[in-house]
Amino acid sequence: MTISVGLSTYLLVGAMLFCIGLYGVFAKRNIIAVLMSIELMLNAVNINFVAFSRFTPWANTAINPLIGQVAALFVIVVAAAEIAVGLALVITIYRNRQTTNVDDLNWLKW
Amino acid sequence: MSTMATIVFFIFAIVAVASAWGVVTSKNIVHSALFLALTFFGVAVLYVLLNAEFLAAAQILVYTGAISIMVIFAVMLTLRGDVSVSSPETNKWTWGAGVAGLLFVLIALVILSNGNWRILPMASTAGGTVELSALLFQWYMVPFEAAGFLLTIALIGAVILVKGGKERNDH
Repeated sequence: MTISVGLSTYLLVGAMLFCIGLYGVFAKRNIIAVLMSIELMLNAVNINFVAFSRFTPWANTAINPLIGQVAALFVIVVAAAEIAVGLALVITIYRNRQTTNVDDLNWLKW
Repeated sequence: MSTMATIVFFIFAIVAVASAWGVVTSKNIVHSALFLALTFFGVAVLYVLLNAEFLAAAQILVYTGAISIMVIFAVMLTLRGDVSVSSPETNKWTWGAGVAGLLFVLIALVILSNGNWRILPMASTAGGTVELSALLFQWYMVPFEAAGFLLTIALIGAVILVKGGKERNDH
């Protein structure tokens, strides 16, 4: 029996990371842990982009498979911007309310 | 893919997924942050196996280096009370587990039932950093500049948020 690592194996790893990150977004109470889970989900998407880019044949010369890697690069850029602004917000909220618990962030509710 | 690459793939895929599990289940948020760095490293090794060496380097520099350090700094600046219970779960975590598990089953069914994706076990070896840079600086030059602009704006916004504006006390 030979185990071949193909596209679907990478996609399964990406799906696992994405679902673990989704669970973290739902389940964690510390807002920094929620941000970390969002980073996990972005990484899972990146794995999918790069895997599709690797396993796409050069059949059509008009479509360069490396576009997947370019998309992953832009996702990394946006993730960096997102975590910078997100952590700045966390620190500002902590300074004003002395909490990082998402259950306490309900003063916009009613 | 050779046997060696297969072994490396499974080792680092398991490392990445197990560390991600550690991120979301650890009660200590510092442990979560360290597990997060390990996950990013595992994903970087997967990029190397996918012939994306530039992305692997960017992953290690940006994620394992910068983002992990920033998360740990934010943890340090906002920590109060006992660190061992600093990242508890909400009392509705079963709903999250149910939704995430269901979504994973659905995605796995779609992936495994689509046999056409396995047509290329030995994929194209093309895809070096040179071709990536040509694509990035020729076809995607405007989005590339826009990404640099976005990073600058995000950095300025983060500094303004943390520094805070002047409070007006004249009313």
